[in-house]
Amino acid sequence: MPDASLKKKRPLWYNLNLLDLPLPGLVSILHRISGAALFFGLLWFLFLLDMSLASEEGYARFARYVSQPLVKLALAVLLWAYLHHFCAGIRYLFLDIDKGVDLATARATSGLVLAVSLALTVILGWGLLW
Amino acid sequence: MVTRTVVGAHYGLRGWLAQRISAVVMAIYTIVLVVALAATRPAEYATWKALFGHGLMRLATLLFIVSVLLHAWVGMRDILMDYIKPAGLRLALHVAVILLLVGYAGWAAQILWRT
Repeated sequence: MPDASLKKKRPLWYNLNLLDLPLPGLVSILHRISGAALFFGLLWFLFLLDMSLASEEGYARFARYVSQPLVKLALAVLLWAYLHHFCAGIRYLFLDIDKGVDLATARATSGLVLAVSLALTVILGWGLLW
Repeated sequence: MVTRTVVGAHYGLRGWLAQRISAVVMAIYTIVLVVALAATRPAEYATWKALFGHGLMRLATLLFIVSVLLHAWVGMRDILMDYIKPAGLRLALHVAVILLLVGYAGWAAQILWRT
């Protein structure tokens, strides 16, 4: 008879340092984290859209609000979350149809996702926020 | 290659597919929005309002928000299934996610049709 209590004695060792993950793993967990961040960020985003479209004064208040450095920083972080989720999502759509599933390609495309989403954040962030 | 026959109620497949289709809709909308912003460069209320007041843009934004609803539901459901083990708490959080998402969609529709 296998002893069920033996199972409990097995050591648990979680490495929670994301940077120790291989690149595809890093893209995967960031996809999840950015998705959750966007789910909550949407509340704030709708608040901003509501304010900006409500009236002339609303738009002026919106413009003042988003010109604050901390607000800009938070918007830049959410912009990165959106762009990372976007780029990683496109990669997953290709993986779904069996494109790029071999190890070398999967590693290369995950590096590409990280680089492109950061570059787009800088470019679009510059255009939209400054 | 192992050929597997899908059995069961198929709601897992349906959710998976809804997430992919909504992802494509949102990706297209994102590109349309970036192009529209770059082309019109709205820097004051009148042009900003005109952009979202346009019939096609309003419809596209509504499709986007409905896609968010489906997509975020599947995503948040998966996250909660992975990390929240007590069934009662998980159910409560699932309900909270649905209510929040439906609320988002209703609010977005209100913002768009008031414009």
